[in-house]
Amino acid sequence: MSLRRPAKDQPESFEFNASSLEAANVIVAKYPEGKQQSAVMALLYIAQKQNNNWIPLAAMKYIAKFLDMPYIKVYEVATFYTMYNLAPVGKYFVQVCTTTPCMIRGANQLVEACKEKISENECELSNDKSCSWMEVECLGACVNAPMMQINDDYYEDLDKQKTLDILDKILNGETPKPGSYRGRVNNEPENNRKTLMDLKNA
Amino acid sequence: MLKDQDRIFQNLYNDKGSDVSSSQERGDWVNTKEITDKGRDWIINEIKESQLRGRGGAGFPTGLKWSFAPKEVGSRPHYLVINGDESEPGTCKDRDILRFEPHKLIEGCLIASYAVQAHVCYIYIRGEYFVDGQKLQSALDEAYEKKLLGKNAAGTGWDLDIYIHYGAGAYICGEETALLESLEGKKGQPRLKPPFPALIGLYGCPTIINNVETIAVVPTILRRGAKWFASLGREKNTGTKIFCISGNVNNPCNVEEEMSIPLKELIEVHAGGVIGGWENLQAVIPGGSSMPLIPKERCETLKMDFDACVEEKSGLGTAGIVVINKDQDIIKCMARIARFYKHESCGQCTPCREGSGWMWRMLERMAKGDATKDEVDMLGDVTNQIAGHTICAFGEGSSWPVQGLLRHFKKEIEKRNNLDPIVQKKNNIPYLVDQHLLDKKNA
Repeated sequence: MSLRRPAKDQPESFEFNASSLEAANVIVAKYPEGKQQSAVMALLYIAQKQNNNWIPLAAMKYIAKFLDMPYIKVYEVATFYTMYNLAPVGKYFVQVCTTTPCMIRGANQLVEACKEKISENECELSNDKSCSWMEVECLGACVNAPMMQINDDYYEDLDKQKTLDILDKILNGETPKPGSYRGRVNNEPENNRKTLMDLKNA
Repeated sequence: MLKDQDRIFQNLYNDKGSDVSSSQERGDWVNTKEITDKGRDWIINEIKESQLRGRGGAGFPTGLKWSFAPKEVGSRPHYLVINGDESEPGTCKDRDILRFEPHKLIEGCLIASYAVQAHVCYIYIRGEYFVDGQKLQSALDEAYEKKLLGKNAAGTGWDLDIYIHYGAGAYICGEETALLESLEGKKGQPRLKPPFPALIGLYGCPTIINNVETIAVVPTILRRGAKWFASLGREKNTGTKIFCISGNVNNPCNVEEEMSIPLKELIEVHAGGVIGGWENLQAVIPGGSSMPLIPKERCETLKMDFDACVEEKSGLGTAGIVVINKDQDIIKCMARIARFYKHESCGQCTPCREGSGWMWRMLERMAKGDATKDEVDMLGDVTNQIAGHTICAFGEGSSWPVQGLLRHFKKEIEKRNNLDPIVQKKNNIPYLVDQHLLDKKNA
């Protein structure tokens, strides 16, 4: 199990803004009547998006009221799932996959790059408070290892230099192009592809 | 090598685009009505005859699973749930289906929903695949627009709504009952079985849960016939499968191949061989991190299917092949996998919650050579205390890779860890008795 704790400094209150409210109502409509509790995960995401990438306790209370469920149940969900950030992570949240398939292809170099550019320790904001990084478990892009995720986007086929370049960009406030950084197309073999060549050449 | 025309996922590398019209060119949505007109029993029978086994890891026969759904819809509606929580290290096949072949999946959902009489289908996608989920969402929107979903979907007379539900980074939600808990808006902690989800599942209603790949191959099987599908591979291990080859190979890739293809062919032909040559191979994890590794000698002849892998005391799992060459420290690799399981245990059952961390800490010490001689057997004992003593299969999944390491690389561990035991045993007492008793008797 992973141990997760809410941040010490919490805002007093939280409320959905107009666009979040609209998105939330669309989500709640997906589930049968009386089963609106199902929407809690999606609503926590919406709160996280609205609140600069993290979820304050006030948002959990707000969502509990919104969905007519006990606050503790929302708290349980928010602390169980690792993608809900319970403390500020900055505008750019870098997650480096270090599970075995990435590890044996050199994920530790990505970690080194993050230590050099962002902060010495994981889950620690950079000097300008714009980003932070952490090691995470398998992100499900193993054939594109080593890789990392920045906010929603995947950056694949990396090495140390490429990671440093990407991190430079985000520290300058730019959003680098997601996808493979060795120029390969999606998940195809890089050289010597043997299958479906008619479609490729068509 | 499988012929290109027998590949189900023609757009695996996104050569053509994933919208409705290019999917139709590949044969999706062409005669959906004709298929459903043949009736539920025909569909389920055809799937049974094709011997399709679930692609999510356990390999349960899909046709049989569908036949567990109640024949008549009672007071409770039926649900179809698609498991796209792909989190097994080494596996990344569902992601490609979600983003490049969404219409195969959507059409499969329609046919499967019709077969199990569900009007609502939820697709559970892991939260990290947000971008890929958005691509599926735009495919769904397009399908609604073209009347392929919604009321009288694709002219079949069946009403179907499909919704996407995002997970939030919990591996355990790939377990079907944990997935249902998560869908209901709770912590993803698995339920006891029975009752099985086919009778009491989502919101207490009959629910059929299938993997993304399983559902996505269904329309093609029904179009080309069960006989065609069953002619590929071998008895009880039929059809094609997307293999994800990662790790120390020259060209890591996803490739769709026939079942029972030799592992060596997969690695040498499609993935460009092991880095440093075949002789540099140390071990292969054949089916995602929870399957025990297989050492090089056995890899020479191993055929990649459910039953052949079981004969090697491993499993095909999700067919996420992780190749480990001799430049890697095998104990460290397994220690990292143990750390993964320690992190992902849901914490519900004590043996798994405590044992997964225990295994990780021991393996970390063994990788450094800081463990004592007796700890090697103790580690084996810990794995046996976890496997089979938990609510879900996570216990097995976390202890099998460690057992595989002990089975094939015990000498390596013993060579590195030479320290004498801290407690010198004079009597042979199992260590799990109370520590104070042990100390007293050994004193």
